[in-house]
Amino acid sequence: MSEITPQLLGIQLVAGIALGAVYALLAIGLSLIFGMLNVVNFAHGAFFMVGAFLGVYALGLTGSFWFSLLLVPLATGLIGLVVERFLVRPLYGRGIDYPLLLTFGLSYVLVDAMRFFFGIEGLPSSTPAALRGATDLGFGFFPTYRLFLIVAAALVIGALWLFIEKTRYGLIIRAGARDPEIVRVLGIDVAKVWLLVFGLGTAIAGLAGALAAPTRAVNPEMGITVLAESFVVTVVGGMGSLPGAVVAGLLVGIVFSLTSLFAPELAELSIFVLMAVVLLVRPQGLFGKAGQMG
Amino acid sequence: MSESTLIEQARGSAGALAAVLRFTARHRVGMVLAFLLVMPLLLPYEALAVNILIFGLYAVGFNLLFGYTGLLSFGHAAFLGIGSYLAGIAIVSFGLPWWAAIPIGVLAATVAGVLIGLLAIRTRGIYFSMVTLALGQIVYYAFYKAERWTGGENGLRGVRVEKIDLLGWQLDFVDPVTKYYVVLVFVAAALWFVSRVLASPFGAVIEAVRENETRAAACGFDVARTKLLAFTLSAAVCGLAGTLRALHLSIVPIDSLHYLQSGQAVMMCLLGGMGTFFGPFVGAAVFLYLEDVVTHLTAYWMAAVGTVFMVFVLFFPRGIWGSTLAWLERIAARGERA
Amino acid sequence: MTTRPSLNRRRLLTAGAAAAASPMLFSIARAQGSAPIKIGFPTPLTGAFSAEAQDQVRAAELAVKEFNAAGGYKGRMAELLVRDDKLNPGEAATRTLELIEKDKVDFVVGSLSAATQLSINAVCRDRKVLFNSISQSDAINEAKDWSLYTFHEALNPHLTAGAVARYAFPKFGKKVVYLTADYAYGHEMVRGFQRAGQSLGMQTLADIRHPLGAADYSAFLPRIQALKPDVLVLCNFGRDLVNSAKQATDFGLKQNTKVIAPVLLYTSRLAGGAEAFEGILGGTSYYWGMEDKIPSAKAFNDAFRKANNGAVPSDYGALGYAGVKSVLQAVKNADATDSTRVSIALRQLRYNFYKGEQFYRKCDHQSVQSVVIVESKSKAMKDKYDVFNVLAIEPADEKNLRSCDELGHKITT
Repeated sequence: MSEITPQLLGIQLVAGIALGAVYALLAIGLSLIFGMLNVVNFAHGAFFMVGAFLGVYALGLTGSFWFSLLLVPLATGLIGLVVERFLVRPLYGRGIDYPLLLTFGLSYVLVDAMRFFFGIEGLPSSTPAALRGATDLGFGFFPTYRLFLIVAAALVIGALWLFIEKTRYGLIIRAGARDPEIVRVLGIDVAKVWLLVFGLGTAIAGLAGALAAPTRAVNPEMGITVLAESFVVTVVGGMGSLPGAVVAGLLVGIVFSLTSLFAPELAELSIFVLMAVVLLVRPQGLFGKAGQMG
Repeated sequence: MSESTLIEQARGSAGALAAVLRFTARHRVGMVLAFLLVMPLLLPYEALAVNILIFGLYAVGFNLLFGYTGLLSFGHAAFLGIGSYLAGIAIVSFGLPWWAAIPIGVLAATVAGVLIGLLAIRTRGIYFSMVTLALGQIVYYAFYKAERWTGGENGLRGVRVEKIDLLGWQLDFVDPVTKYYVVLVFVAAALWFVSRVLASPFGAVIEAVRENETRAAACGFDVARTKLLAFTLSAAVCGLAGTLRALHLSIVPIDSLHYLQSGQAVMMCLLGGMGTFFGPFVGAAVFLYLEDVVTHLTAYWMAAVGTVFMVFVLFFPRGIWGSTLAWLERIAARGERA
Repeated sequence: MTTRPSLNRRRLLTAGAAAAASPMLFSIARAQGSAPIKIGFPTPLTGAFSAEAQDQVRAAELAVKEFNAAGGYKGRMAELLVRDDKLNPGEAATRTLELIEKDKVDFVVGSLSAATQLSINAVCRDRKVLFNSISQSDAINEAKDWSLYTFHEALNPHLTAGAVARYAFPKFGKKVVYLTADYAYGHEMVRGFQRAGQSLGMQTLADIRHPLGAADYSAFLPRIQALKPDVLVLCNFGRDLVNSAKQATDFGLKQNTKVIAPVLLYTSRLAGGAEAFEGILGGTSYYWGMEDKIPSAKAFNDAFRKANNGAVPSDYGALGYAGVKSVLQAVKNADATDSTRVSIALRQLRYNFYKGEQFYRKCDHQSVQSVVIVESKSKAMKDKYDVFNVLAIEPADEKNLRSCDELGHKITT
């Protein structure tokens, strides 16, 4: 393959980072929910899909892409709050499998809900006018919107980090993940914390969907493969670890991108192999704590 | 009627109920078979009945690991699929007869069970579910790519079994009623086998492992070996269900191996009742029948299935059969105490 | 005083037995030949191609309505039994078994994906029920899947790809890159292109395989850009085509490369939008815009418009129409309703229902038909239906199909 030049590799790398940005956002939401609530959210891909639909719809309604980016996480976050309060909360203490199973059923309902509201074909989505075209990176041209995606993801991750590390509420979340009992003893309503964390996780998933919508077809089935890929990233990074989610997201994105260059038929297989290897060699993932989750 | 006669009557009928329940528990395989013999008469068409047999067996096999050993695997479709594909390939590519194809499919699924099990049981809890999901997806992509043998996305076609020669009789396998009873023979044998396993000392050990692994290990049981054996047996039963499916549909579709098919096994077990022998079968029957009915009524069958499933997770975690049994037992116990 | 329920029950039972026996009396009283001709129609009403499937159903119902309005066959009316196969071959097989065993259909028409049509075919041929497939596939023409009861109304990838190649390759340059969905259908399309391209001197720079259903093509497009081909062929279908077309546009590939697709669906174009598909050219079995040139197209369009509030039929819709109509015509020609005799009549049929002359080739029952080359447009659109320009219509010709020998067939007459 003589056409593999350093420039091409460079562009392929950037493409991997852009892909990884979306993965990272999804994995963060999953890890947050798992780390805090011990719930594996099988509906995470569905929330991503709902976010994509609502994003396109809001854009059509208001004409402003920025406004839709604001609306979507609020909407999916709200749905998440309702889901946690009424569907997931009754299942705490019943064993780790039950919330997982519930969210699995929920994903089915969300898919059909989107079909009901927006039709079976999906919605056509287009890149916002301000971000169209390609940018010259020096070693090649790359679609501007995807660069924006990287920047947007970085901003969201940065904001989340600030929230968790520097604010009081973030402190409560970190403490609650470490030891919910102590937090309760200290007089803090842990249930409310869990409620908000779930909502935060689904809000980020929805935002990821709205950000990804201009780059791909928006249809009700788009969450099914995304979910499996999100699991790969979360596991590789370490379930419950936010830095892990970011690093693993980028790693998986780059692995997928480079494998697509050299052996495209093996691209999908390669990320599941990566997942299996990590689980067998170091089950807690790159950044997770050993022994967490027996 | 005096109060004492009423109480006696109540006690009598509760006692009778308790006796029936005890009888059922002891002869559970027989009772199940009696039901299955007449099941086609209750359903609109035989192909649905055969599907219920096949998926009922798949769910029972899965439940051996999930309900009894307490391990939630999200990759069990791999065994259903491997059983289907290997039986199919034996017939299509090697021209073997059906009575050789079925054992080949089961053997392949068993070997896969050992290999995947060896890897999977090194992990625990949610990681076990994730690793089985990953390994299941790897099997999916591998079979997808092996187009020459498996037909890839088009599936494996040509798994034709038309005549079955049995002890001098020639049975027309294409006839729906004949097909049902032939499949029933295999399912019955497998159910009997599972029942024996669960009633054996090994059955007690796997339940002990589910309840508390550390304590089971402290009692001297080899937990890893127990889990692996349970995993392998579960794979073998699911593999048998797969071989029967290939013969039933004359094709093997590629999404037999996808994680959504694994998810279906979980749903069926939960719907029916995870900790019971017959529960998964009931769950499979209800799930398939519901899907059939709902598909005729509305395009939004996914929403219907999802909602029913969520209702069960929230309010009837014991499943239909589990809840029914528990309720009957409560009545019997209350009556006996009166 | 307790009544004696057993007496009443007995009376009830005898009454019930009498009622059960009476249909026999009713059937004698019924006019002979009022039993409907049942056509099973499995199609993916839910799932990724539900829009196309629903159009298939609408058009098929039109065909049934026309047949019945003309008096049916000896007073017997046709009836369409639509079932959802969920785009899932296992489900398709079960639904077909239901149609044959429970509903006792006379014939089966339908399917949309390659995998489902092959599974429906497997069930039908084992039970000797005629199946007319209205879905694209090369595999269904091959000897190992074929039977006397297997018919293929739709185009196959080899024919479509070949037609597009023959039109497009001479016009845009010799260097070609294929971006191919990695499944049988994708491979079949590439093969069709390369065969036709060989005689035109095309040079394949690369055949890049992407996973079926891939959402993100950013991993593949930079390499394609670096190769600088004259022509980029998107060898995929439906949602994949929409995704890859969109992203190829985003990456600016259209500046230096002509993008073509073997199959350009009307519904995909509506879903993807004008910008994503701008300038893309491809093949299709039918486009309503043909009605200026082809009288039977105009007749079909008008009938469809009347029944569907002015909407026009899509390509897959038209296949639904022709698939059912040709089977019903064969019933009349054969003067019979059993699959064997109707199959024999269908083999001899020559028809022109919506796009010009068609007939089924003897060796593989493939409908020999024209291929329409269309190009997507984004300006000067008269209404929301006017999305393509018809560039050319390649006439029906058996020579464009793979030979009977190559497909493994022994009978040719």
